[in-house]
Amino acid sequence: MNAASVLHPLLAVLAAPLLFGAINRTKAFFAGRCGPPLLQTYFDLWKLFRKGATYSRTTTWIFRAGPLVNFACLLAALTLVPLGHVAAPLAFGGDLILLAYLLGMGRFFTVAAALDVGSSFEGMGASREVQFATFAEPALLVGLAALARETQALSLTAMYAHLSGPAWNGVLPLWALLTGGFFILFLAENCRIPVDDPNTHLELTMIHEVMVLDHGAVDFGFVQWGATLKMWILGAMVVGLWLPETRHPLGNLAVGAVGLLALAVVTGIVESCMARLRLLRVPQLLVGAGVLCALGLMLTFR
Amino acid sequence: MALETSILLHVILWAIGLLTIAGFASAWAGRWSERLSVGLGAGGAGAACAVGFGGAAVALATRAEGTLALPWNMPYGTFALGLDPLSSFFLLPMFLLSGLAGIYAIGYFKPWSGRNPGRFWLFYDLLIASMALVLTARNGVLFLVAWEAMTLASFFLVTFDDAEAGVGEAGWVYLVATHVGTAFLMALFILLGRASGTQDFAAYAVPAGSAGTLFLLALIGFGTKAGLFPFHVWLPEAHPAAPSPVSAVMSGVMIKTGIYGIVRALVLLDAVPGWCGWVVLAVGAMTGAIGILLALAQRDLKRMLAYSSVENVGIVALGIGIGMLGVQAGSPVVATLGFAGGLLHVLNHALFKGLLFLGAGAVVHGAGTRNLERLGGLLKHMPWTGATFLVGSVAICGLPPFNGFASEFLMYVGSFKFILSSGPAALGGVLAVVALALIGGLAAAGFAKAFGIAFLGEPRTADAAAAHEVDGTMRGPLLVLAALCLAIGLGAGAVVRFMEPAVAALTGAEAGPSAAEWLSPIAAVAAGLIAATAALALLRRRLLAGRTRRETGTWDCGYAAPTARMQYTATGFVQPLTHGAASLLQPHVEQQLPEGFFPASASLNVETPDLARKRLYDPVFRGLARGLGWVHGLQQGQIHLYVLYVVVTLLVLLAWALRS
Repeated sequence: MNAASVLHPLLAVLAAPLLFGAINRTKAFFAGRCGPPLLQTYFDLWKLFRKGATYSRTTTWIFRAGPLVNFACLLAALTLVPLGHVAAPLAFGGDLILLAYLLGMGRFFTVAAALDVGSSFEGMGASREVQFATFAEPALLVGLAALARETQALSLTAMYAHLSGPAWNGVLPLWALLTGGFFILFLAENCRIPVDDPNTHLELTMIHEVMVLDHGAVDFGFVQWGATLKMWILGAMVVGLWLPETRHPLGNLAVGAVGLLALAVVTGIVESCMARLRLLRVPQLLVGAGVLCALGLMLTFR
Repeated sequence: MALETSILLHVILWAIGLLTIAGFASAWAGRWSERLSVGLGAGGAGAACAVGFGGAAVALATRAEGTLALPWNMPYGTFALGLDPLSSFFLLPMFLLSGLAGIYAIGYFKPWSGRNPGRFWLFYDLLIASMALVLTARNGVLFLVAWEAMTLASFFLVTFDDAEAGVGEAGWVYLVATHVGTAFLMALFILLGRASGTQDFAAYAVPAGSAGTLFLLALIGFGTKAGLFPFHVWLPEAHPAAPSPVSAVMSGVMIKTGIYGIVRALVLLDAVPGWCGWVVLAVGAMTGAIGILLALAQRDLKRMLAYSSVENVGIVALGIGIGMLGVQAGSPVVATLGFAGGLLHVLNHALFKGLLFLGAGAVVHGAGTRNLERLGGLLKHMPWTGATFLVGSVAICGLPPFNGFASEFLMYVGSFKFILSSGPAALGGVLAVVALALIGGLAAAGFAKAFGIAFLGEPRTADAAAAHEVDGTMRGPLLVLAALCLAIGLGAGAVVRFMEPAVAALTGAEAGPSAAEWLSPIAAVAAGLIAATAALALLRRRLLAGRTRRETGTWDCGYAAPTARMQYTATGFVQPLTHGAASLLQPHVEQQLPEGFFPASASLNVETPDLARKRLYDPVFRGLARGLGWVHGLQQGQIHLYVLYVVVTLLVLLAWALRS
């Protein structure tokens, strides 16, 4: 562990909202619009954290706890995830399982908070969220199993630090398959097109946005900030596969941050070029991600 | 045998004796004094469980090992009782949960309204006593007698509320299914004892080359009690029908005697063939996945919990399967991780399933129904029940920082170790990882449904709106169990170290690698997670200080007059998942669609019958009934016909006797 490892979670907490800005700028560029400023998410958060709150009479403490628990889970997950060659502050055998289950814990409380308002819209979003998670979780673990088998390591840090320079040639097909699988999971878990459209205005078609309809003020601030953190964490797992190692640890961190911004731009391009899928098709897409990861795993058995 | 072991065995024996005496005394006192009867029955159960728990804990800590052989009048050996780390480990959750559920039952049955409390306490105390006897028996005959006593005591407890519809049938399904399992066990014990002519476990000899067959007999016989697919059919019938404290004990610890039987068979058979591990792994994966899918489709809270027990037994079997494959592959690390994960899950499941069934009982007590579609908004009226039910739900989904994660984590690490290895075992690891991940995702969906629909939102009926919190004797056990779920989540390393002797008995490696070291970083992150949540809550409070806070109706996208019936239902919440699995679940749908421009009525009713019962058991039993129908002809109800049968029999016997 070094300075970069300690700095990475701090950087993530502070810089993650920038990823949303980068996506939105890319989409604006493709649509020929001016678009919101790069720092718009920060302005939104600043506004939300200074507002008074309105709560539904139906809600209980679960509704207030949901965003906090989710945010705390993401903070804990940040201490486990490496960014390419930047080691995570905590690395131990099996940390990948803890990471997956921390995301699951956050999801459980988000879903519970959604059900707490007693609206069918929120119920609909919650129902979809648990359905898609059921497909996404095995796919993620199969992909990580392929990575673990290839690198003979059981901790994320060791897995992502394993490959550099010439070693890439041998595993290029595996890496391509895993990148494809993880990128689909990244889009799905972060509720981006083609799974979910963060900009839609029709509640009936939403997933994540409809779950948090009744949240406002500080609570919604934590929801939004948490969404950016989740994007950072899952993004790190995608771009981490390709990040080169530099001579200096801080250089690794800089390379990682640039990689994540690049991923945000790619996400923006994807969102600009395609429409969202019908909800019934989403499980097929997620199973597709699982198949990519499973093919990767089969490659490691050669 | 060391002196301490002898003393500890006598402690357990005294606890069994105390339970038996207290049970009969309670039944005797129940005729005239309700208070005395409850006092004797519950007091005896509580005291015996405390004594037994202490004895078992000391026995596990000191690795007590020994057998006490007393003479008795039965053939085939002695009245042999024994303790070893495996028995001690299984005794711990048994005494703990039985004691807590006993305290809970005091409040649950109030008022007894004329029923004789002795009828409950007699069988409750006998159930605990027989479970203790099953776990310590070291003689096949004694084991089967205790096993049968356990079955009968629980049968009478399942049918305790026999005035309610469906309870009688549930009892019969339980009795029949569990005896089919016992038949396999008798075959197992007879084969084991044939060589030595005695049923003492110590004298058992495995006939050459038959270890695999014997293990399959054990897997079917004990798997029926444990609830392995497809032998689980009695669980979803018996658990909902039983009074909730009984459901908690049956689901939390009684079905674990089946798991105990399977691991005991592993020890007795010494070396089973390699394919046995694969069978256990595959059966575990199938049981887990099908169990949670069926749980998902239920809207009866206790039936859903019963199917979730099937799922969790599947997870335990996965752990045991990984451990067996680890032993087979000569990898002590994987073997330790698998068995430690499986055994820890036995303990964990006793805690959170006990908690959830007691919580469901509190819901039945407070709101008068277990139908999720008629509940809602209970958290406001039942804050303690709700909070503890939430802890149980999160824990059973295996989410950190609670105990369920620790046991699943050990199994995951064991499976990943396999995946890293070369050879066919890697495929077993992949199967286990995929199964655990799938089960985890479905369990989260199922328990988000159970907690979210029952406790959150608006009450869907007047009964739910008028729900009331339960009294102290019921709340206490809930709180203790919830606290233990968190404590084991944070201190899983210490617990695993404590139960290491039991794991070593299965891996066969005395000074093997420890599974505990894998868990210490988990505890650190779990503690960090709790601290971070607390810090964020403080931050939120500071940010909101001095700001306006308003209360209003749920926004509902501008709709002005929402009603409680517009909320998502339990069936609707999981519809995308159950619809996807419809070809497997085969739900029975009755619907009346809205018709015309101004539809006056519409209805939808979805029932999901049990897969194994519909496809396997019902056809077999129908076939039996058809095939054996001619036997009815013998029974005409005319006395002279029966006299004729007696005469014919005597003549045949006479002829047979004269012939030789």
